[in-house]
Amino acid sequence: MLILHCPCCGIDADETELTPGGTAHLKREGPGSSDEAFERYLFLRENPRGVHFERWRHAHGCGKWFHAARCTMTLEVFGTYSAQTHAPPREILDRIAERRPQERREVA
Amino acid sequence: MSDVATPLADASFDGFVSVSEAPRTGMISLRGDLSDTALREVCGAVTGAAFPASRGASLDGSHGVLWMAPDEVLLLVAPGSVPDSLDRIGTALSDRHHLAVDVTDARALISVDGLGVRDVLAKLTPADVSPGNFGPGELRRTRFAQVAAAFWMPTEDSARVICFRSVATYVFDLLCHAAAPGGEVGYYR
Ligand SMILES: [Zn+2]
Repeated sequence: MLILHCPCCGIDADETELTPGGTAHLKREGPGSSDEAFERYLFLRENPRGVHFERWRHAHGCGKWFHAARCTMTLEVFGTYSAQTHAPPREILDRIAERRPQERREVA
Repeated sequence: MSDVATPLADASFDGFVSVSEAPRTGMISLRGDLSDTALREVCGAVTGAAFPASRGASLDGSHGVLWMAPDEVLLLVAPGSVPDSLDRIGTALSDRHHLAVDVTDARALISVDGLGVRDVLAKLTPADVSPGNFGPGELRRTRFAQVAAAFWMPTEDSARVICFRSVATYVFDLLCHAAAPGGEVGYYR
């Protein structure tokens, strides 16, 4: 059972109230981009056994999108944050570093 | 003129709590900037209720303002006053980006009344309905079994459930089943 705090409405939402939206912080490659760049954007994912940054939608609640940082192996949730950003906020990265000192994450 | 048919034809059921279709209520979905004074004032003017805080249900009798999302409220008004209310909203917010739609006949409203109402809700929704977490004055948007729904509690022993009209019978049947005699849980009382 996964419970994520929706930062838009403040509800601790059960997974079944949410719709997953895949990897967060992807830069869309638009018209004019190379085939390699578009392929990377559309298909190629790092998919580590560990910390992921994801998009979620509170579909059966307030209907808004937000981001979550969690470990897909242990289901530990490091936090959720606004979708109106290009990168995870400092506090989320600090919490991950604190909990996973040996794990080096690079975020675009 | 054709007769207005409510989604459940005034159906009712007596279990360990009663489940019944609430009297037809005018509903206006309003989206816009909820921090805007003009928006808040016109909501109060058409419903007679104070503007709710986040996740709040502010009601004066059967009329009121339900907080649905950071940019959305649902106004409950008398069915006959919907056109006039829409006019007043349109006038008050004419120079502001907003959306106001009559959803009266696109939603169903169901009353659940009696001791044990929290148990009935808890059987159907993943929302935390414990007294310490949810009570009168609040609105919760969630799901009931497989469909989207929202509910609030006018009192400790009653709830109102709103869902889409297309799933009204499904939600009504769910509630009746959860409230069937012999299905008492007794957890929340
Ligand atoms: Zn939410």
